[in-house]
Amino acid sequence: MNGTLQYTDFFNEVRDVLYSRSCDVMNRQRAEALETFMRVGFPTRKNERYKYTDVLQAFAPDYGIALSPLDGNLPQYCYRIGDAPIDVAQYYNCIADREDAVVCLNTMLCVDTVLVYIPRNKCPDHPIQIGNILKGDRDTMVNRRLLIVLEEGARADIIITDHAVNDCSFLTNQVIEAFVGDNSCLNLYEIEETHLLCTRYSNVYIHEGRDARVRHTSLSLFNGNTRNSCTVRLAGEGAEVSLNGCVIADKMQRVDNNTRIEHLVPHCTSNELYKYVLDDNAVGAFAGLVYVKEGAQKTSSAMTNANLCATRSAHMYTQPMLEIYADDVKCSHGSTVGQLGDEALFYMRQRGISLEEARLLMKAAFITEVIDMIPLEPLRDRLHFQVDKRLRGELSKCEGCKLCK
Amino acid sequence: MEDVARDFVDKDYEYGFTTDVETEVIDKGLSEDVVRLISKKKGEPEWLLDFRLKAFRYWVDLKQPDWGHIQMPDIDYQDISYYADPTAKGGEKSKEIDPELMKTFDKLGIPLEERMALAGTAVDAVMDSVSVKTTFREKLKEQGIIFMSISEAVREYPDLVREYLGSVVPYRDNFFAALNSAVFSDGSFVYIPKGVRCPMELSTYFRINARGTGQFERTLIVCDDGGYVSYLEGCTAPMRDENQLHAAIVEIVVMENAEVKYSTVQNWYPGDRNGKGGVLNLVTKRGHLRGANSRLSWTQVETGSAVTWKYPSCVLSGDNSQAEFYSVAVTNNFQQADTGTKMIHIGKNTKSTIISKGISAGRSQNSYRGLVKVAATADGARNYSSCDSLLLGSRCGAHTFPYMDVKNDSAIVEHEATTSKISEEQLFYCQQRGINTEDAVSLIVNGYAKDVINKLPMEFAVEAQKLLGVSLEGSIG
Repeated sequence: MNGTLQYTDFFNEVRDVLYSRSCDVMNRQRAEALETFMRVGFPTRKNERYKYTDVLQAFAPDYGIALSPLDGNLPQYCYRIGDAPIDVAQYYNCIADREDAVVCLNTMLCVDTVLVYIPRNKCPDHPIQIGNILKGDRDTMVNRRLLIVLEEGARADIIITDHAVNDCSFLTNQVIEAFVGDNSCLNLYEIEETHLLCTRYSNVYIHEGRDARVRHTSLSLFNGNTRNSCTVRLAGEGAEVSLNGCVIADKMQRVDNNTRIEHLVPHCTSNELYKYVLDDNAVGAFAGLVYVKEGAQKTSSAMTNANLCATRSAHMYTQPMLEIYADDVKCSHGSTVGQLGDEALFYMRQRGISLEEARLLMKAAFITEVIDMIPLEPLRDRLHFQVDKRLRGELSKCEGCKLCK
Repeated sequence: MEDVARDFVDKDYEYGFTTDVETEVIDKGLSEDVVRLISKKKGEPEWLLDFRLKAFRYWVDLKQPDWGHIQMPDIDYQDISYYADPTAKGGEKSKEIDPELMKTFDKLGIPLEERMALAGTAVDAVMDSVSVKTTFREKLKEQGIIFMSISEAVREYPDLVREYLGSVVPYRDNFFAALNSAVFSDGSFVYIPKGVRCPMELSTYFRINARGTGQFERTLIVCDDGGYVSYLEGCTAPMRDENQLHAAIVEIVVMENAEVKYSTVQNWYPGDRNGKGGVLNLVTKRGHLRGANSRLSWTQVETGSAVTWKYPSCVLSGDNSQAEFYSVAVTNNFQQADTGTKMIHIGKNTKSTIISKGISAGRSQNSYRGLVKVAATADGARNYSSCDSLLLGSRCGAHTFPYMDVKNDSAIVEHEATTSKISEEQLFYCQQRGINTEDAVSLIVNGYAKDVINKLPMEFAVEAQKLLGVSLEGSIG
């Protein structure tokens, strides 16, 4: 198949290293993933979920592929998958889409997995932050994997941040699987602050039990080419999910968010809000699907996608979709593409605020809606600060963490 | 509640009778020879045969698309007869219209005698592959308006037809457009000269009658600078176990300051209660707003067909042009509809409005799929889309797939959609006031569809309102 050869060849070359450095649970899945990967090949734009992203182009360059296992100290409740205190075979690669070539590639080549496991009725004292730092002296591809298991009544705040230290091209292919048990609560934040040469493919899969609550917030503050996909299965009655995201993109950046929420049982609620600010030649895409299975009555679902195009050459593609097979449901979606209101701009200029400053204020206000929904106060404050800086064009590299300085 | 709804939806199809008329049907199958034969039967000039053959050769290499949210029975294109002529009696074309045909159209409420016609409506009646009669032709001609079947237009106004045919929907557009371009039979041709307001509603009534045939009509409407025309289309078919194919093309060209209103009440046979039979309605409709300040509005009430797969579209090239799309799509039993529109903004300050109302009942699937595309040149483009779905029953589906591609910073594009069922409160309110449940449901459904129905010309609106009641009968759950 197209473009897959370099990866299958590589896999065969390093097979022994891979198997020896990794653990059984992961190794068991590799053969099947390879087989599927060879069969389906990289998705083209004919594939509805990859309509707005050229996968082949992203994976075509010759990257060095990182094969080192995790190092560093892991905080409480976090484990390398090989040292897991539970049987992870029942979780690993169970909800990820096994027919998706990008996911298969991750399953094939990923060496180590971080497991966040919160036992029954436990809650960590602090939010858990997982910092992904891209560092290297040549163009590198990274396959990383995260497995989150929350048992009944557990609770966790997990913050995942992406940073890039060097000016090389990085290709990140990440897969996150989260099992959120009955009555448990997960807040998952993903913050991307890399640079223009970074490409990111992220596939997040969330499975929710009865009365579980999940809030997933994805913030693309600075990147090169990003494709995030998030699939949520509401499999227990009374489950709730809230998917939020904001994107600030300029120059030649591309951000494609693709979400799918499946209401499989009655009485579930989903809310979705994505906001984009596009400047220069940036291209944004949003495709969201809410699927309501036959019999999933009393579903309540709302999806909103609002976009701001600040220049003529910025493009926005949006596609908010509903697929409904039950009648006693309340589902709505709304989508807008527009620009800054003349009247509001005029109002501010009348009051002596320069045009530039007024535009900035409005963009910040537009994005704020997403950030204000974050319950974690320090993170919220930090993000307000970051967004302001980003909009002023002062944020070209991440700051604030020791490593990147 | 479930029962009442079912009663409300389960009315029978009124137009399911067949007409016993001698019909000349060519052999089943599709090949270059068949294309040549159709062309010959219609006495067409060389250029049109070339056009057909080019389309056919292109079609042969295509595969039927499958991206719609519908499940269609496999169509055997070699098992369809592509030409059926109910006016050919004993091989000789007679001048007089067969009284059987007259009776049929009378029964359908389309009188072919001008003195009996509703005031202000001219009709082109098409059965199977042939136009039976076009009324008020002479009267319209006094003002320079051309209204006739497209086969006649090819003979009488070849230059006009040649200039515009395929200019909006080229034969390479899609699978069904290529098929239609190869084998199309009758449809209407309308030309409105500069500055003329058409004094009456023009309408075409399509009827499928013969068994084992498909209908491939082609309509071309050209409205020159400053002209105005309101055009209506209606259609019915007999009840049959087989799926009959209807693959039409409608092309509309709107010049500077001109306005075209195109209304459809589609009532093809929807199949029986178990999903057997019914018309496959796979249509390409597109309007090109070429001139500045031109206007085009599509209004459709879709109640029939087993499968409806169509997107009446507008290409807004002229500056300040405006396009509207109003649609009510009702599906019941095993009907499937995947319909919507495409608004392609190219000119400056162009404006489009999309109002779509889907009603699904029984075990039907009803999808809205729409594209709003704003090109980089379309400064100040404005779009508003709203699509609502109403679900009557727990086993039907309502889906929304809107696509928005915006490439201009001064554009404003808005889309909103809701899905819900009939509110118990509204029903209760009506019942409290002595309105029985069935009437109450009908009232609520009609109220829901009112935005669209109001856009139809008067006589059609009455018809459409009745149809809404009929096709939903017995469906509420």
